[in-house]
Amino acid sequence: MVEASGAGEVIPPAAVEDVELYHPHSWWTRYVFSQDAKVIAIQYSCTAIAIGMVALVLSWLMRIQLAFPGALAFLDAERYFQFITMHGMIMVIYLLTALFLGGFGNYLIPLMVGARDMVFPYANMLSYWLYFVAVLVLVASFFASGGPTGAGWTLYPPQAILSNTPGGQDWGIVLMLVSLIIFIIGFTMGGLNYAVTVLQGRTRGMTLMRMPLTVWGIFTATVMALFAFPALFVACVMMLFDRLAGTSFFMPAIVEMGEQLKHGGGSPILFQHLFWFFGHPEVYIVALPAFGIVSDLISTHARKNIFGYRMMVWAIVIIGALSFVVWAHHMYVSGMNPYFGFFFATTTLIIAVPTALKVYNWTLTLWRGNIHLTLPMLFALAFIVTFVNGGLTGLFLGNVVVDVPLSDTMFVVAHFHMVMGVAPILVIFGAIYHWYPKITGRMLNEGMGQVHFWITFLGAYLIFFPMHYVGLVGVPRRYNEIGETSFVPESVHDLNVFITVMALVVGAAQILFLFNLAWSLRHGRDAGGNPWRATTLEWQTPQTPPAHGNWGRELPVVYRWAYDYSVPGAPEDFIPQNQPGTFPTREAGA
Amino acid sequence: MAVVLVLVAIALGSVLFHLMSPWWWTPIASNWSYIDHTLVITFWITGAVFVAVVLFVAYCVWRFRYQPGRRAAYEPENRRLESGLAVGTAVGVFAMLAPGLFVWHQFITVPPEATEIEVVGQQWLWSFRLPGADGRLGRAETRDVAPDNALGIDRADADGLDDIVIEGGELHLPIGKPVKVLLRSVDVLHNFYVPEFRAKMDMIPGMVTYFWLTPTRTGTFDVLCAELCGVGHPMMRGTVVVDTEADYQAWLAEQSTFEQLQAAAMPAATTVAEVPAR
Repeated sequence: MVEASGAGEVIPPAAVEDVELYHPHSWWTRYVFSQDAKVIAIQYSCTAIAIGMVALVLSWLMRIQLAFPGALAFLDAERYFQFITMHGMIMVIYLLTALFLGGFGNYLIPLMVGARDMVFPYANMLSYWLYFVAVLVLVASFFASGGPTGAGWTLYPPQAILSNTPGGQDWGIVLMLVSLIIFIIGFTMGGLNYAVTVLQGRTRGMTLMRMPLTVWGIFTATVMALFAFPALFVACVMMLFDRLAGTSFFMPAIVEMGEQLKHGGGSPILFQHLFWFFGHPEVYIVALPAFGIVSDLISTHARKNIFGYRMMVWAIVIIGALSFVVWAHHMYVSGMNPYFGFFFATTTLIIAVPTALKVYNWTLTLWRGNIHLTLPMLFALAFIVTFVNGGLTGLFLGNVVVDVPLSDTMFVVAHFHMVMGVAPILVIFGAIYHWYPKITGRMLNEGMGQVHFWITFLGAYLIFFPMHYVGLVGVPRRYNEIGETSFVPESVHDLNVFITVMALVVGAAQILFLFNLAWSLRHGRDAGGNPWRATTLEWQTPQTPPAHGNWGRELPVVYRWAYDYSVPGAPEDFIPQNQPGTFPTREAGA
Repeated sequence: MAVVLVLVAIALGSVLFHLMSPWWWTPIASNWSYIDHTLVITFWITGAVFVAVVLFVAYCVWRFRYQPGRRAAYEPENRRLESGLAVGTAVGVFAMLAPGLFVWHQFITVPPEATEIEVVGQQWLWSFRLPGADGRLGRAETRDVAPDNALGIDRADADGLDDIVIEGGELHLPIGKPVKVLLRSVDVLHNFYVPEFRAKMDMIPGMVTYFWLTPTRTGTFDVLCAELCGVGHPMMRGTVVVDTEADYQAWLAEQSTFEQLQAAAMPAATTVAEVPAR
């Protein structure tokens, strides 16, 4: 188990030297049209958080309507459906995907693998600006005549492009589809960068099996996204043709309000297959970076190597592969061939096994650790709770026959918010508390962070745990009011009021978080280069925040895996990856 | 150590909430109590896992909290533990999947004696069609929908003439008789959802989908649409009444056939039989 290269010998640095030519020379190329992955990461993150605030406000409005129907006069059914649609699409695509891959991916990949930058910096810059345009087009639909689309974030045809759906025959759906198309083009430029940088840009000694799990998570998610987004792309293009050119890719013969439409022969269910062929991997595109990041947060703040590193890597890869053969579990009651149910229920439940192994390994990393209850660790613990909760309700919905009564109810809403809303966002918070010191050189304020953590964690749990039971009663999702319905007891209304109050409180706590981000920029405690005493390369940069090119004159050389915490006999409880050492470290599988 | 107490409170509080919650599914009115049983099994298995994981985390945080001078253990992997957990998890997952697939097989296997009825969705109205004396539903297509033929029944198909047509009214079903519910839409996606039946299925324009059930309890139940179908979606309501056989026959006798409705729509001496085929 003793690794040969770790035993004292010093490897000469790689030959990639810092070159003067590629540094920016003006304010514009340094801060706006920057090709520095770190600047692009911050641009991605700020844009994603800004549009995410829009989604947050929309969720407040929806919750107010659900608890106090009619309290906001402008919030009729049409507006409600527009709000749920935009909330969902913004959160899934424009916030979570953009923030994890465009934000954390850009910042962390080059630093963690010991590269100077992404391998295609110019394409990387274009990626951000296309994303920015996609967001502008999306926002424009709020101001277009007819408003944004209200088809639900799944955009199911035929209703998505018909007149009884908000934005269906106006600009809403067109702008939505155009925005997605631009987003996907932009993402592809970024995604190729992340994948190639991981494969080709690693510094000397950084083998694949020495990479931090953060990089593994983001890398696998990126590869998945490169395969999954094309399905959404073609679906969007075809639907755009159906809407604008009168084609019938997804449009069968339809009588709308007594009038025969000039469509025929298309298949609405084909769109659903294409959408979910993208849509299910998308869940893991969001989840895998969170899995990776939380592994590193737990390991660093428990001062212990991640337990079962190789198992963790393989679990990420296997989950990524399996997630391409489970998509139709979103369609158990769609009217597809019922025999599909056997296959997709089986694959879906199989994916629970590697996912469960990851959970075990996180908890086993805590076992016999030395757990520092820092803010990143608190958020990581909160992630475990919410992710396990949300993952387990996935076993209800994945098991085809159990899904039948629960499908399209609030149970589904509660499930996916817990597992791919709350859980990954808690990781994002943990990650921001963890890496903010590297990005800015200052610590985030601890007091504000504690308030933010407790309200966000407990509040989010109290929103979404009881919501499952609203669905169990039978309340369908996408109802702006349930009205008089015999099977819904009056007490469900009280529960709805409770959930809404919690949602308002949790939302307000995010304002405190944003304030903390701004306040600490000037007033935060000086962080130094490696405040968490972490092993990974991003903490070993010569400057903090790292300069353009990251490493000064010479690239770092890697001698060990990313998890040499509390190595017996070592003077400190961590050994940086680039420290040549005589300690016989036991790399997993070495 | 507040976080330890909170984790314990979450684990135990969630179980307490589940046991004491007044919010539970509405009493079943169909043969699909198997679905309810599978759901309850799933609740127990997943609940046990949730409590175990959260309590274990709470214990670790308390037991291995930071103390000056303490150093964490160094244990990269443990093959036996990891493969043991993998096998254990796979067994638990199988324990949920197997009954699920077994019941799914029943769910999609329609008994041959089931009566076919049809539910047609349109924005935002439920219509129903029952086979007439011949026991067969006539052909129907979206292309044939006309102001006097909202369901698009093929006038040239003799099987369709005696079909009972209920536009926007109540659907009645006899208790204890299996029915295969054929689902059709003439405009957009809908979903025929009666919580008491547990079964639900989307309706897709251009396709006929189905599910089957045997009503097991008389009563009046709400029909809701469970697939977002436009601005009127939450208002798309209907009613299903499960009757005793005698009540059902009495209700059935009052309904009109397609032929009668056509005759009423065309008072000018033309009978349906004289309308030329398309």
